[in-house]
Amino acid sequence: MNRIEKVFKKVKAGNKKAFIPYVMAGDPSLERTAEIVLMFEKCGADIVELGVPFTDPLADGPTIQRAAERALKAGVTLRKIMGFVKELRHRSQIPLLLMTYYNPIFKYGEESFVKDAVDAGVDGVIVPDLPPDEAEGLMTRAGKANFATVFLLAPTSTEDRMKKVAKASKGFIYYVSMTGITGSRLLLDNSLRESLSALRRITDKPVSIGFGVSNPEEAGSVSGLADGVIVGSAIVKKINESAEDLEEFVSELRRAIK
Amino acid sequence: MPALLELEKSYLEASRDREFQKQLAHLQKTYIGRPTPLYFAERITRHLGGARVYLKREDLAHTGAHKINNALGQALLAERMGKKRLIAETGAGQHGVAASTGAALMGLECEIYMGSEDMQRQALNVFRMKLLGAKVVEVSVGSRTLKDAINEALRDWTTNVRNTHYVMGTVFGPHPFPMIVRDFQSVIGKEARKQILDAEGRLPDCLVACVGGGSNAMGLFNAFLEDDVKMVGVEAGGEGIESGRHAARFAGGSAGVFQGTKSYLLQDEDGNVLGTHSVSAGLDYASIGPEHPYLRDINRVQYTYATDEEALSAFGLLSRLEGITPALESAHAIAEAAKLAPKMSKDEIVIVNLSGRGDKDVQHVAKIKGIQL
Repeated sequence: MNRIEKVFKKVKAGNKKAFIPYVMAGDPSLERTAEIVLMFEKCGADIVELGVPFTDPLADGPTIQRAAERALKAGVTLRKIMGFVKELRHRSQIPLLLMTYYNPIFKYGEESFVKDAVDAGVDGVIVPDLPPDEAEGLMTRAGKANFATVFLLAPTSTEDRMKKVAKASKGFIYYVSMTGITGSRLLLDNSLRESLSALRRITDKPVSIGFGVSNPEEAGSVSGLADGVIVGSAIVKKINESAEDLEEFVSELRRAIK
Repeated sequence: MPALLELEKSYLEASRDREFQKQLAHLQKTYIGRPTPLYFAERITRHLGGARVYLKREDLAHTGAHKINNALGQALLAERMGKKRLIAETGAGQHGVAASTGAALMGLECEIYMGSEDMQRQALNVFRMKLLGAKVVEVSVGSRTLKDAINEALRDWTTNVRNTHYVMGTVFGPHPFPMIVRDFQSVIGKEARKQILDAEGRLPDCLVACVGGGSNAMGLFNAFLEDDVKMVGVEAGGEGIESGRHAARFAGGSAGVFQGTKSYLLQDEDGNVLGTHSVSAGLDYASIGPEHPYLRDINRVQYTYATDEEALSAFGLLSRLEGITPALESAHAIAEAAKLAPKMSKDEIVIVNLSGRGDKDVQHVAKIKGIQL
């Protein structure tokens, strides 16, 4: 069993929910990212999503776009992030999930990517611009290495789509709370509930909700619908705008997600 | 993905629907002004002293460029799909104007994404879009050009997919866009093929078209793919390949996956997309429609580039000799024809796709030459 799968087994057994905070690697430096990951762990995060900066982050809103620009300016690349994780593993064993666009993986080579990631101690990957239809190569290589591949579902996804994504996902299924990009406004409505219960009928794999969860209150209300909650833009914003409140904010999120 | 599957299904239905095709053909004739002429450029032919040069006059299509062929087709398709809102990206502004025009004609709401750098060099087209009732959204992230405008349009589309159709302006992006845009543009080549047979009684020896995303080139080439006709696509060489300031994806790029498609891409060793440069906003783009690398790999089409300087010189040459001011994009194709024609014999025939007219560029060219208007 992969470490990410173990997390969900444990939270399910304890009748709890997983808290998955996001940080852009290298925003504004990798040293700072290491501190933040350790702080996440201290505050009780279950998994950390580590963003890989890319010049054209299609699925991201302005907050994460700017974080990517800062990280790129600091010279951070996928290759450097592999080295960074290897170092970090001396200090933390928290499950780590890379969130990267496909072109950096394509350029790295799928096989080397999975091999280097596993060697470094990365537990899985989310590739927002790679639908399962195009992911056969990556999935085969990841499967052999027991490396998680998390795919995304949107509120517009049909039942066929849900089946496909559920089948392809290893670790958990990433349910995008709304149509749109990261950091937009969350709308908790009945259609979200209905869509999630449809998904539950199709699969018993863990489901985490992300995109648009901006405060502890919202995190609390979506955690009732899922096995895990992902918080990205709101944390990235705090890191860059009011770092003094960051730890308290992350702790509040943790307490709210139950 | 669901939106792309829905679009593919609707498009395939529309392309089989005789009523839809009739409506499209009617608008092409009465609204766009098709067929556009195939003009024998006698003075430039004499000047170059080689092959007979014909110009396919897409600059005479309504709104001044080939972009309207696709925009109008997609606006009709959007109406058929029940979408109330159109969005589009634009580089030179020609596609933005064309999409705004399609929206005005169909009574649809319209928003155009445009990089702030392009808004500056194509100020005239920004005003035209507003005049047509569209909202122009300035994109000031990344390199502030076409690629960033496409990113923003895709972000909008994923957010508002239920009521919005994204009118992709070139043969790029995820399937089915490259197919849809190629099909709507293929009217250029179908007409040119018939027109040259009427005028010369035979097929041309060579076709030349500029390639940004590559829609005007695909539109011309598509009808001749099975024929014994040489084809040349001309990319933007900017300040030269060595300078690094260019948009020549074949000469300076490698395979990559970008904005939902696998193609050639100007990128660094880590897979990040590099900045591009071209005097023409419409060619200033880091990738190229995916069918072009395919045609290159099977040795069907050759690709080359023209520099800013060569394009500017062709811009002046065609204006003086033929009284036709080409768009700076199309001037890249003219520049290549000016290199090719003298090496060919006098009974050979070259067709150049004059994809757009140069009015939009006059101010920008004056500025480059240091002339105050």
